Amino acid sequence: MIGTVGATACVRFSGNVVFNRTLIPTSRKFRSSSLLHRSSAYPGHIPLNPFENAFLTVGSSLMAFMDPKRGDMVAALGETTGGLTLPKLRDTMLDSPEGRRILKNRPRISSKTLDFGRLKALPDGTFGREYTRWLEVCKVTPDSREPVHYVDDPELAYVMQRYRETHDFYHALFGLRVSVLPELALKAFEFANLGFPMTALALGASFKLKKAQSDRFWHEFLPWGIRCGGSARCLMTVYWEERWDQEVRDIKQELGVWDPPAGLSIYSP
Amino acid sequence: MMLSQVSHGAKRTNRQLLAPILLRKNHGQATPNNSQLSGRTASFGFRTVPEESKVSLVNGVFDSMAPTYDLMNDAISLGVHRLWRNTFISTLKPGHKGPIRCIDVAGGTANIALRILDHARKEYGDRETTVEIVDINAQMLREGFKKCEKTIYHNTPQVSFHVANAQELPPSQFKDNSYDLYTIAFGTRYCTSLPAVLGEAHRVLKPGGTFACLELSTMRNPLLRTLYDRCSFSVIPLLGAILARDRDSYQYMVESIRTFPCQAELAGMIKDAGFATGGDHNGGAWRDLWGGIACIHTGVKE
Repeated sequence: MIGTVGATACVRFSGNVVFNRTLIPTSRKFRSSSLLHRSSAYPGHIPLNPFENAFLTVGSSLMAFMDPKRGDMVAALGETTGGLTLPKLRDTMLDSPEGRRILKNRPRISSKTLDFGRLKALPDGTFGREYTRWLEVCKVTPDSREPVHYVDDPELAYVMQRYRETHDFYHALFGLRVSVLPELALKAFEFANLGFPMTALALGASFKLKKAQSDRFWHEFLPWGIRCGGSARCLMTVYWEERWDQEVRDIKQELGVWDPPAGLSIYSP
Repeated sequence: MMLSQVSHGAKRTNRQLLAPILLRKNHGQATPNNSQLSGRTASFGFRTVPEESKVSLVNGVFDSMAPTYDLMNDAISLGVHRLWRNTFISTLKPGHKGPIRCIDVAGGTANIALRILDHARKEYGDRETTVEIVDINAQMLREGFKKCEKTIYHNTPQVSFHVANAQELPPSQFKDNSYDLYTIAFGTRYCTSLPAVLGEAHRVLKPGGTFACLELSTMRNPLLRTLYDRCSFSVIPLLGAILARDRDSYQYMVESIRTFPCQAELAGMIKDAGFATGGDHNGGAWRDLWGGIACIHTGVKE
């Protein structure tokens, strides 16, 4: 995405700013200001000061509400509001052996890092096979995720990126389709399980549902999401890439999750 | 959609066909044609790039910005840019001495051209004034064409669209001494060489013709200037990301304002190009708008 280069383009500021062709020393005026000299901690990083963070929070939430297809705005909202959640998640990961391995290895999920051939060849019912089945049925790829821009700490930026990339695995675990209702149900689950404020804000999109769908959501899917997500193990501590061969039902039992009510899954009629 | 009225006056600007597409995905990474590198550089925002790259970099920026250009102008300036453009036209009073031939450079989305024609028509009943809109970027001209389609000037000789580089207007099409009014609004800071642009303006204007430039400039008051800088560097790239999905083009835009010559410098360059200007003060060779956020420079060809 364009944003990946944006950080390098705005970093290149050294020497003096020229105003009215008079040289104004940068050291005194601009050294501590983030606005003209943005030093990035990782590729794609765009540091924001508190005002900019608030501005982007408001702007991205309005934009995401008006046009939910703006994945970049949903992503931005998650990042600007995830300030308190990310350290907690990182600490939860550090408390678990699997989570520590994830933070150490920092695995990435993309069509470059996954061996689809091997996964498709696994037996039915295994996580790897069911994940590839879900990708095919829903016609998505693991490459459509926006990179992280607005999280300052590189490790927390990785945690955010990991969440974004493993979101599809949560879909695949329950076989959830990618339409509005299953997505909202999953957001409720994620809010209870992970705690991102943005997942709760996303529930604002439920106002756009038709009456019948809205009723089912509020009476069946939302309660499932909250109960199931709240009692399950934190999904960020799951090293999915070590579990391709594992049966999906065994994974569900281990994590303490159960399927949502009928109507959201690619497996139901 | 075919732009039947677009003429491609400068093939050289299209020589790097892939460059704008690649640059849109990889903003700011200049890809100069190595065999023609002159060693001269130009500013692209806060970056310095080979002069030869600036045209294609700017083209890439405007390819991205074209569809949302007018919306972004309104969002960034809270609509104030419309006031500035109106003031620009009311300063120039096109048509008050009879129908004139105008050239509006970097005028892709037709904001100035339509104002010129409307002013001539409404104030003086003039239906003969013509405006030739010139822009280096075809996407911007496409947006201007779509806008003109909704007006009475569509399919009339009063407005026409041309792809060309302001520094090298093809002489066969833009002949010497042929225009009464040359306007350039919010496009000067994207040009690679101001003297070249001014030279061409001087060439194509008739003796006695007017050169007029509307551009973002330097605020006079240092406190307000600092506040303005902070706000624009914070808000404008974010608005670009939110509304136009394009942070980089708007980051470039705010940087380009800072690297542009100030009022007195630009007035000096206009004078050097052979134009007669007013005195070296606000109200003379230039007129500040909103404390210097924008500025109108004028000159008359002797």
